[in-house]
Amino acid sequence: MIQQTIKFYQTGTFTVGNRLLDESQRSVQANMERTNSLNSGHRACQGCGEALGARYAIDAAMRATGNRLIAVNATGCLEVFSTPYPESSWQIPWIHSLFGNAAAVASGIAAALRMRGQDDVRVIAQGGDGGTTDIGFGCLSGMFERNDDVLYLCYDNEAYMNTGVQRSSATPPTARTATTMAVGDEPGNPFGTGKNVPLIAMAHHIPYVATATVANLRDLEAKVTKAMALRGARYIHIHVPCPLGWGSDPALTIRIARLAVESGLFPLFEAAHGELTSRTFIRRRVPAAEYLRLQKRFAHLFTAGAEAQLARVQAIADRNIERFGLLAPESAS
Amino acid sequence: MNKPFAITLEVGSSLANKTGSWRTMRPEYLDRLPPCNAACPAGENIQSWLYHAEGGDYESAWRALVADNPLPAIMGRVCYHPCETACNRALHDAAVGINSVERFLGDAALKKGWAFAPPAAGTGKRVLVVGAGPSGLSAAYHLRRLGHAVKIVEAGPLAGGMMRFGIPKYRLPREVLDGEVRRILDLGVELELGRKVTDIRAEMAAGRFDAAFLAVGAHIGKRAYIPAGSAARMLDAVSVLRGMEGEDKPMLGRRVVVYGGGNTALDVARTARRLGASEAIIVYRRTREKMPAHDFEVEEALQEGVMIKWLSTIRNMADEGTLTVEKMTLDDKGFPQPTGEFETLEADSLVLALGQDVDLSLLDGVPGLEIRDGVAVVGPDMMTGFPGLFAGGDMVPSERTVTVAVGHGKKAARHIDAWLRDTRHAPPPKHELAAFDKLNTWYYSDASKTVRPMLDVARRSSTFDEVVQGLDESNALFEARRCLSCGNCFECDNCYGVCPDNAIIKLGPGQRYEINYDYCKGCGICVEECPCGAINMVPEKI
Amino acid sequence: MLEQMEGSQAVATAIALARPQVICAYPITPQTHIVEGLGEMVKSGELKGCEFINVESEFAALSVAIGASAAGARTYTATSSQGLLFMAEAVYNAAGLELPIVMTIGNRAIGAPINIWNDHSDSMALRDAGWIQLFADTNQEALDLHIQAFRLAEDLSCPVMVCMDGFILTHAYERVDLPAQAEVDAFLPPYEPRQVLDPAQPVTIGAMVGPDAFTEVRYLAHHRQLSALEKIPEVAAAFKARFGRASGGLLRGYRMEGAETVVIALGSVNGTVQDVIDEMRADGMAIGSLAIGTFRPFPLAALRAALAGAKRVLVLEKCLAAGVGGIVTDDVRRALAGEQVRINTVIGGLGGRAITRESLRRVFADACAARLERLSFLDLDTGVVERELARERAARRSGPTAEAVLRQLGAPGSRLG
Repeated sequence: MIQQTIKFYQTGTFTVGNRLLDESQRSVQANMERTNSLNSGHRACQGCGEALGARYAIDAAMRATGNRLIAVNATGCLEVFSTPYPESSWQIPWIHSLFGNAAAVASGIAAALRMRGQDDVRVIAQGGDGGTTDIGFGCLSGMFERNDDVLYLCYDNEAYMNTGVQRSSATPPTARTATTMAVGDEPGNPFGTGKNVPLIAMAHHIPYVATATVANLRDLEAKVTKAMALRGARYIHIHVPCPLGWGSDPALTIRIARLAVESGLFPLFEAAHGELTSRTFIRRRVPAAEYLRLQKRFAHLFTAGAEAQLARVQAIADRNIERFGLLAPESAS
Repeated sequence: MNKPFAITLEVGSSLANKTGSWRTMRPEYLDRLPPCNAACPAGENIQSWLYHAEGGDYESAWRALVADNPLPAIMGRVCYHPCETACNRALHDAAVGINSVERFLGDAALKKGWAFAPPAAGTGKRVLVVGAGPSGLSAAYHLRRLGHAVKIVEAGPLAGGMMRFGIPKYRLPREVLDGEVRRILDLGVELELGRKVTDIRAEMAAGRFDAAFLAVGAHIGKRAYIPAGSAARMLDAVSVLRGMEGEDKPMLGRRVVVYGGGNTALDVARTARRLGASEAIIVYRRTREKMPAHDFEVEEALQEGVMIKWLSTIRNMADEGTLTVEKMTLDDKGFPQPTGEFETLEADSLVLALGQDVDLSLLDGVPGLEIRDGVAVVGPDMMTGFPGLFAGGDMVPSERTVTVAVGHGKKAARHIDAWLRDTRHAPPPKHELAAFDKLNTWYYSDASKTVRPMLDVARRSSTFDEVVQGLDESNALFEARRCLSCGNCFECDNCYGVCPDNAIIKLGPGQRYEINYDYCKGCGICVEECPCGAINMVPEKI
Repeated sequence: MLEQMEGSQAVATAIALARPQVICAYPITPQTHIVEGLGEMVKSGELKGCEFINVESEFAALSVAIGASAAGARTYTATSSQGLLFMAEAVYNAAGLELPIVMTIGNRAIGAPINIWNDHSDSMALRDAGWIQLFADTNQEALDLHIQAFRLAEDLSCPVMVCMDGFILTHAYERVDLPAQAEVDAFLPPYEPRQVLDPAQPVTIGAMVGPDAFTEVRYLAHHRQLSALEKIPEVAAAFKARFGRASGGLLRGYRMEGAETVVIALGSVNGTVQDVIDEMRADGMAIGSLAIGTFRPFPLAALRAALAGAKRVLVLEKCLAAGVGGIVTDDVRRALAGEQVRINTVIGGLGGRAITRESLRRVFADACAARLERLSFLDLDTGVVERELARERAARRSGPTAEAVLRQLGAPGSRLG
């Protein structure tokens, strides 16, 4: 899909659809015939960001590939809520093997398709942050360095939600999880820990790395579409709020994801062959507190004496904004 | 394929799992009343015609518009657009330029010769309309479309009422007025000009009318007692403006003083400039903030060289044209109080623009009909105390604007129609207001208002060319698309997209959406992310 | 075609003849030469239509194989020892997903202490993972078994491990008879998956199965393994018919006629066992042996039948279940349930210790004479272990008894003063 700048005044560029646009220019999600790759009846919690992110991404990939797609799923919420016997929510060829091997299984599928002369069929591997940044990291890195023809989608909800909200290497500082309780001198997840897998992916010099969010559908779809137009190892890290694990109102899933972007805590960018190539500018910058306040996992940041912790989180946001250049030039002041 | 038991599943089989049973709250679509519609005195469904205009379907937009108001080209010029004052977009960036889009549509209709849909089948009822001003024309139009025979009797030489005799050409070109009047007459409305109805009951009896709508304009200028010399030239604003429509333009001289602070005062002052006055001075007893005239008109007048003396009253006018003006001051309550300080102004003429009255003599002796404060008392159905006799516009207690008058005409027509059918017209209950806090404005990108091009000042102050020009199509489209569609679904697909459970069914263009309650878990994301506040969460009936 | 070659090379050649489409490799001694050989064949173009993937771990190796197999490719990998344990999770998974992957195990001990030499601890550790486990006695048999393995795996939708002794077979140069490609092609048709990831016919593979159906899934897996007990002899027979030599099958008896004492063993040690049996038969002893060719599924009925005339069974095992004894023994005992047969277990060859004819002859003779303990360790240096045990005893219970008792009662007592 060619990205073109169109000014939509009533509907903005930000709604899912736009009746005034030509069908081909609308988002995949606006289409009456969208695949609904992840169908109704799945058992995700109310307001699940991951269910939404997965459908957004896979539907976009389906459109980009003319429905010639196979997906591999790491163990995790998405796998569990979508395929409990006897019902599957998936509409596409899909396989779940293990928690830590989705990238490798996908590599194998891609190899098999090549050898079977079916390399028009494309492969996606997907997993949560635990299955990606922790237990699946070895296989992920292997898939990257071999430049296997796989798009890996990480749905990042910043902890092990399926097992009851334990910390992962994607859990942000100060977040309360079942294994980083909000007690002691440094309540919640400690500062100075965790890893940034998109940057690590870039260090593999793979053809494409991007971050995306359920709060910006068009950006997400454009990135998936771009990724599917490329061959080799590709990685998209998608921010997906988890009402259960984050202690947030299910209705606010998208708003919270939006505030993560607008505060600078979740930067949206793209990289090709290890180089940063674009960033999505913040539209209306907000203090990190606006994002944090809606989530019970950060409730301790809003008690007396937590000012320093809150300031450190704000500093992370500020650093991201500076590092990735997240403010549009005209509003940089 | 020979699938292994349990380990391999059929795709899409989760449809058997009806997750709707999890729900404690349910989203429901609703329509809320957009503030523009709520504020429109003519009762226009502004948002609905903007909806068509957004898509570039101007004829549908115009047809939706004229369902309520037959005079869009006029309204697009003279309406003071309370809709824009109410517009939620004003809280986001700037109000949608509704008035300019209306004018664009009205002009497009005139240019392309779009005709009204033909009237409904004849009812056999006859209705008399007295006065061919905005209220009378509006009522005639609606009554005719409902299938009634309508006759307008107008005292003046031409149709239009105050639109012709009170509004200067530079604000309302006469070909626009003529075009929109003609289109109403083309529906089969009978118009008799130059005859004043003096006895309404006699008139109705003679014409065998089943009902009548009185829509006589306020053509009588109010006078104030100002001691004046016998040679002093003192005129009233209504006469001056009416005089502009005749062959002989009023003789105002080089130095013109206008007394008053309403829009009519500004109209006269600006007309004087165009007639060649080197000085046109408005004398007003209070401050600019207190002036009833619209600020944009004040601004335009000042640009054209009109001067305004604030906090001043005229005490007398000498023969040689010297005015004695007393400086005023505002008291605690904002009322002007004399200061005892005087100054003089030289004027070739003084025009009084102190308000107008209606000639109510035709109502003399109508039983049950009550006159109060110079206007006729009507019920909520616009009917006077005399059955079958309705009134509107300047004749009834209300703000005297073209828009209000058009609204009266429509409202009266509906009640007259009901009355003729021996029923009562019950307007549908109004939806709750779509207030700004019901919107999710994230989804609207910033787009500032398109300013209508203006004639340059030199040309304006010397000619009667229209000052404010219309939008071209691209501007009109831009402006229409700035509409937020407050409170009413505009099919942005957000709900359809953001549902994690695919529980929104998209029904196709113009059909909106349905919620599939078999799968809706009641998370409420659709409500939160609806840009225009057209979904609501309600407790599930358990 | 007869050729002298290393066992690993023979296996690599057999794999190539089977026309695999995806091979995943991660180095671990002693299987390395096999995948090195295959890698070269793919890179040189000798083996066409095959992708050779160097992965980052054994876990990835089998995971890539799982993906490739699920997408319909004939898939192969090889590992040993720690490598097999590192992929253990995937080993179970491949079986659960019923993917016909063939994997060579170059059998090797498991550390700690780290040891690169042969025994059967690795494949024994994963004997119940749901894979068919075939054991090769010779390099020729290893070669033949790999060709049979693909057919078995694909017929049954079940992964197969071909176990061959590390170094003893993998690194040994022997003469092997290489089958012709056309013959292999005739024996092994192209892979037609039971199910495949295909956009034209999408399915969900790898569902989460709860208590409501898990038992049934496991029952069916058991049933499939049992059905392999019929399929394996069929395939072996078909192989013999086409290639003219016996290979594989469930059990391979040696001089079983009238054997009162039967030695049971797995893998290359059977060659030595047979030599000893020849010697003892020459001495007039009624002894024979059974090589277990198929360890999983375990051929209970066939073994029971084969042992119908036996009075004594000696199970020679290259793996020790610490605290229990012999692993194969347990299965043999199950096969002989209710029979009055004396069963001895001899653990030998651990961590690559040579099993000599002399030692075997000694324990076989002891077994025949009913002098053998139920569990014994071949060539155990009793001097070393006795000294060590004595030292440990001394170290643990040093000091006066009273103090030792106090210490055992717990630290509080010692803190009283």
